[in-house]
Amino acid sequence: MSSTTNKPRTADEIGVPDHFPYMHPVMKENHGNWDWHERPRPGVLRHISKSGDEIFTIRAGTQRQMDVFTIRKLCDIGDTYAEGHVRFTTRSNIEYLVADEAKVAPLIEALGEAGFPVGGTGASVTMISHTQGWLHCDIPGTDASGVVKSLMNYLHKEFVQEKMPNRLRITTSCCQINCGGQGDIAINVQYTKPPKINHDLVANVCERPAVVARCPVAAIRPAMVDGKPTLEIDEKKCVCCGACYPPCPPMQINGADSTKIAIWVGGKHSNARTKPTFHKLAVANLPNNPPHWPEVTAVVRKIVEAYKADAKHWERMGEWIDRIGWNRFFDMTDLAFTKHHLDTWDGSRKTMNASSHIHF
Amino acid sequence: MKDGDSIDDKSKETNQHPTPMLDELENGPWPSFVTGLKRLRDAKGETYAPMMNDLLGQLEHSYENRMGFWKGGTVSVYGYGGGVIPRFSEVAEKFPESKEFHTLRIMPPPGFHYTTDLLRSMCDIWERHGSGLIAFHGQSGDIMFQGCTSENTQPAFDALNELGFDLGGAGPALRTAMSCVGQARCEQSCFDEARAHRGIINRFLDEMHRPSLPYKFKFKFSGCGNDCVNAIHRADFAVIGTWRDDIKIDQKKVKEHVAEKGRKYTIDTVVSMCPTRAISLNDDDTLEIDNPSCVRCMHCINVMTKALSPGDDKGVSVMIGGKRSLKVGDLMGTMIVPFMKLDTDEDYEKLEEFAETCIEFFADNALEHERVGETIDRIGLPAFLDAVGVEPDPNMVNHPRTSSYVRTDDFDEEAAKWFERKAREAGLTVAGE
Ligand code: HEM
Ligand code: HEM
Ligand code: HEM
Ligand code: SF4
Ligand code: SF4
Ligand code: SF4
Ligand code: SF4
Repeated sequence: MSSTTNKPRTADEIGVPDHFPYMHPVMKENHGNWDWHERPRPGVLRHISKSGDEIFTIRAGTQRQMDVFTIRKLCDIGDTYAEGHVRFTTRSNIEYLVADEAKVAPLIEALGEAGFPVGGTGASVTMISHTQGWLHCDIPGTDASGVVKSLMNYLHKEFVQEKMPNRLRITTSCCQINCGGQGDIAINVQYTKPPKINHDLVANVCERPAVVARCPVAAIRPAMVDGKPTLEIDEKKCVCCGACYPPCPPMQINGADSTKIAIWVGGKHSNARTKPTFHKLAVANLPNNPPHWPEVTAVVRKIVEAYKADAKHWERMGEWIDRIGWNRFFDMTDLAFTKHHLDTWDGSRKTMNASSHIHF
Repeated sequence: MKDGDSIDDKSKETNQHPTPMLDELENGPWPSFVTGLKRLRDAKGETYAPMMNDLLGQLEHSYENRMGFWKGGTVSVYGYGGGVIPRFSEVAEKFPESKEFHTLRIMPPPGFHYTTDLLRSMCDIWERHGSGLIAFHGQSGDIMFQGCTSENTQPAFDALNELGFDLGGAGPALRTAMSCVGQARCEQSCFDEARAHRGIINRFLDEMHRPSLPYKFKFKFSGCGNDCVNAIHRADFAVIGTWRDDIKIDQKKVKEHVAEKGRKYTIDTVVSMCPTRAISLNDDDTLEIDNPSCVRCMHCINVMTKALSPGDDKGVSVMIGGKRSLKVGDLMGTMIVPFMKLDTDEDYEKLEEFAETCIEFFADNALEHERVGETIDRIGLPAFLDAVGVEPDPNMVNHPRTSSYVRTDDFDEEAAKWFERKAREAGLTVAGE
């Protein structure tokens, strides 16, 4: 068979392509020469160059996982109402670039009619950054697109207006690797049971005890079951991190009932005001409940509403909590503070209060 | 699984999998990925339609069982060792058409700029060779062309490659980088993000396409401290724009801002929120900034976009060692190069050379499956600095050490180096030169 197939084409190692051929001409001309910007309305940015040129950006939400028909529809809108140049934000919103202000209103209308919400700028809740989940990852504890769709249905109203104290960035991760990253609110899978080892899979297949080295707490050790070499887990030691599962499928960490959702708050990427921070545990053990994850949405709603009502203008979630104190945060959100909120990992001492400062 | 048995009449005719749980996700105001998947399933005469029917079936199966059903494997294109994420179904006997559903990670233009023509060409290619499902973009920064059979992987790549695009990173390799919109549209930008991005990645393509590093290595480029691509949290090597002269103030526009927003509001949202108390509002509603105390956090500039802007003497900071949870816990990058001028060709060349030094250090010293941040923790920052030829700097720390358990008998020699460096920076001649 191989004699009849042609030799495969040799790849052209292009690497990262040049972006200028795709960039809006006004952006190309004013590259590095921008002066200031404003937001005439939610979802619209107006950037003014030192040359006096202007470019309008109209930002709209997408489902990120897009079929070609959706993409073509976005392109049709871009050709009819905009100027054929678009870009995407880190959070999968599409941005249309137009130099002509007269095009802004009809474009917004066309996007609205086609079902793409315009917003996600400034002090709004923008699209949730998310990963692959059941649709495409090989280790997920939950779905990603579904959780996000359910939450964005509820958060849609905060996407299309700028009524939050500051921007609110939500992320999701469908395993504890946390691809979704840090967030003001992070909705992450939390395993609650040690992996169940599938001894049939292990027996005679595995010769690589390196998985033992994968465990951060040395909970995995070689063992014999039914006279065959396999592994066992010290369940008292295991912290249910799931690190052993990606390299070793027999380490079955996911379970319909044991895979839960935890919600974290106060992560921040930007350096504005306070230094970047990691998110902190708010609540764990929420059920992984497709297709709507209502328990997750309910907690997110409480946190969003408490932040919106109480934070000062420009305070991010973590900065707000720093000011009001964690006891008020748990009060305002009706969440419990438990022994599991006390960090026990390396460096945990640095997360404790070593002062007489207390909040009431 | 019980639900799969109750196939309604319409589905029986067309062999369509019922998707009652996914159907729920077609409601509500946010665009629905499920509706999109169904459009692909229902595309008349398209070869991918049966594949998408089974994909929907498998996804519904996951929703019912609360479990994922994909496993990895090995699939690649001719000449490359990475860039394709293989997915084989573990429930292929139920859903045979989507038994292979691989992803091609394709590197987008920096700043994610597209023309509608380009997007249409990508759609056409993915209809011909793939499933018609594309994500803009994965968390890795790639365009995710999802849903390719093993057989179609090569022709799909060939077509995308001929369009001018290349595979990104996967596995223990240099990974796809990301940069913010920056100079293309943002007045806060302090360097040419895309230039640094392309310069570095395209110099080390071999490390991307033929994985041979101890583990992944990621670069990210943000034009200023707002860090719109989350570089500090997510990149092994984060390049963040900054400046070292004074913030530029247009006092007339400061006054306009105060007049428009109010004095109390300006004090509450600008003066009081400066992290280093570097700002004061004068009695005549002009601003005074204590620039040596400013840490370039961007806050005041974000609030007063017209009145304030970064200085003229621009460059970058480099922070090394950020990563996500697995397995020592999340790490943020540590400040390694507080300021590097980035202006001339030589400046960019210097940044690329420093990147090369760091990748080489990583290749030579990291243990298998260790990110560079973990390597630094294991050997200590002084050893890392020594290896990459960087001198210690107070900007690297929140505060000097608090533990006295350290051997300091060469303290005087180290101090001499510091004073020598300071003298050289001040333009003095150093003894013996
Ligand atoms: C308890 C027995 C096993 C141990 C200790 C083990 C250990 C490992 C280790 C250490 C790696 C390398 C991971 C890395 O360096 O990234 C690996 C890779 C892998 N293992 Fe296992 N493994 C076991 C059983 C299995 C079984 C039974 C299967 C399949 C049914 C399997 C499938 C794989 C796959 C697909 C990879 C990834 C290969 C790649 O990176 O391309 N393993 N395993
Ligand atoms: C078999 C093993 C793995 C597979 C198949 C895999 C697959 C993926 C995929 C498909 C993505 C992109 C998700 C998206 O685009 O939404 C991703 C992202 C990511 N993965 Fe993995 N992954 C694996 C193991 C790991 C491990 C062991 C780690 C950490 C040590 C890790 C850390 C990450 C991170 C941090 C991201 C986010 C990308 C970023 O921050 O730039 N992954 N992975
Ligand atoms: C000539 C050498 C030393 C002398 C004369 C000395 C003397 C003392 C004295 C008088 C105290 C106070 C006891 C008290 O009031 O309760 C003390 C406490 C202590 N010393 Fe030393 N010491 C010496 C060397 C060291 C060294 C080398 C170490 C450690 C490596 C050390 C560790 C401590 C510790 C840990 C305490 C207890 C502190 C505390 O609990 O607050 N000492 N020593
Ligand atoms: S968070 Fe985990 S399960 Fe989700 S896409 Fe990333 S690696 Fe896969
Ligand atoms: S889940 Fe984590 S802690 Fe438990 S055995 Fe696996 S690697 Fe170790
Ligand atoms: S990181 Fe800074 S320069 Fe880049 S887009 Fe964001 S605000 Fe602009
Ligand atoms: S940039 Fe930040 S640190 Fe500097 S003056 Fe403005 S608010 Fe203060």
